Amino acid sequence: MTTQITPGPSRVHVRTTINGQAHEFLVPPYMSLLDTLREIVGLTGTKEGCLDGNCGACTVSLDGRIVDSCLVLGAEIDGKSVETVEGMATADGLHPLQQAFLEEAALQCGICTPGFLVAAKGLLDNEPAPDEHRIRHWLAGNLCRCTGYDKIVRAVQKASAEMA
Amino acid sequence: MHPFAYEAPTTIDAAVALLDKHGDRARPIAGGTDVLVQARANRWDLDAIVDVKNIPELTEISHYPDGSVAIGAAVPCYQIYEDQKIRDNFPGIIDAVEMIGGIQIQSRAALGGNLCNSSPSADGICPLIAYNAVCHIAGPGGDDNHRDVKVEDFCTGPGSNVLGRGEILVSIVLPNPGDNFGAAYERFIPRNEMDIAVAGSGVSVKLSADGSTFEAARVALAAVAPVPLVVPAAEAALVGNAVSDDVIEAAAKAAGDAASPIADMRGTIDQRKHLSAVLTRRMINQAVARARG
Repeated sequence: MTTQITPGPSRVHVRTTINGQAHEFLVPPYMSLLDTLREIVGLTGTKEGCLDGNCGACTVSLDGRIVDSCLVLGAEIDGKSVETVEGMATADGLHPLQQAFLEEAALQCGICTPGFLVAAKGLLDNEPAPDEHRIRHWLAGNLCRCTGYDKIVRAVQKASAEMA
Repeated sequence: MHPFAYEAPTTIDAAVALLDKHGDRARPIAGGTDVLVQARANRWDLDAIVDVKNIPELTEISHYPDGSVAIGAAVPCYQIYEDQKIRDNFPGIIDAVEMIGGIQIQSRAALGGNLCNSSPSADGICPLIAYNAVCHIAGPGGDDNHRDVKVEDFCTGPGSNVLGRGEILVSIVLPNPGDNFGAAYERFIPRNEMDIAVAGSGVSVKLSADGSTFEAARVALAAVAPVPLVVPAAEAALVGNAVSDDVIEAAAKAAGDAASPIADMRGTIDQRKHLSAVLTRRMINQAVARARG
């Protein structure tokens, strides 16, 4: 979605934490969290897919729960904490899920990958050893048109084992 | 999308005042999983979105000593299915909130929002009817202007309901179902998750103390009428009769006969009528199993 920033309703003052860092900005009240992250904060790792909550490409973590950022307003994150794919790797290297996705070739075109990574991290943060059924159920809100999902599931299983 | 203002009132009165002021040009938002999609599709020209998630009465689950529970209209699905008392006492509601959307949607989407969106295919409404749930609604005019509406009377057509100008759904109250009671909801979809019901059935039964006879029953169908469809004929086929396959089959047939669906991309009329009977038979059996514990 291209959101035109034109004269209209007053912008909303937002103070928030994104990937552990404090951010403060003004956001048009009708701008999605997805566009807020990409266009105001400058974090373009979160991808736009369907814009109606079916594909999960825009998945981020909001106060520890995964959400579709296309269905959240940027104004709603005042006082809240957001984690995006940019927050997964550390100075020590890639997150085990990112490493496993590379090793298992769990991506082809890559547009769905940030959403899958954030969603899978949301699972493993709370359930370190999910079975295959649980992984597939948890990731049902993320669509991938390339891999057929098996490689993604294997990557999550591998990361789960390595994080144990 | 029409450029709307963002309002986040902290009291019911403030939310009602905003909705009353803007009328059709404002919408309340809880999870946003329907409202923002429809706003983006230009279903309305909105001047304001009223975020109701900062209002305590709309964001709490309250268990009362009499065994009833009030679920705030903005409580998201995950908070309902992570509530152990609701899991124990109202498993038919858990059936629905665990199947709405995927995990991302369940983080945000509210059961009250599912009701206010008033889709005939809503998974949350039929089980609420099965539990004889009641809507607490606040409106303009202060404390005197609260009213209660049964969930089964709430929807008036696809996407429309009884809420008038300035009115807001505060909470949904489920009475204590008592002993020997069971309820269940199931839908048919061609996928395992993340789909909209082709048809659904929500059932509750109250059995005699020895578990042998139907003393009360509710049957409501999803996606086979302009509103979630209560089926009195199916309820009557059960009440007063012994729990048996023949009695249950008669109620299931009544459900299939009552269904008056449209044909669309999700299913044909015949398929939906067939599904209504099959799902109702299964849900009666599931409700009986739960009633017998």
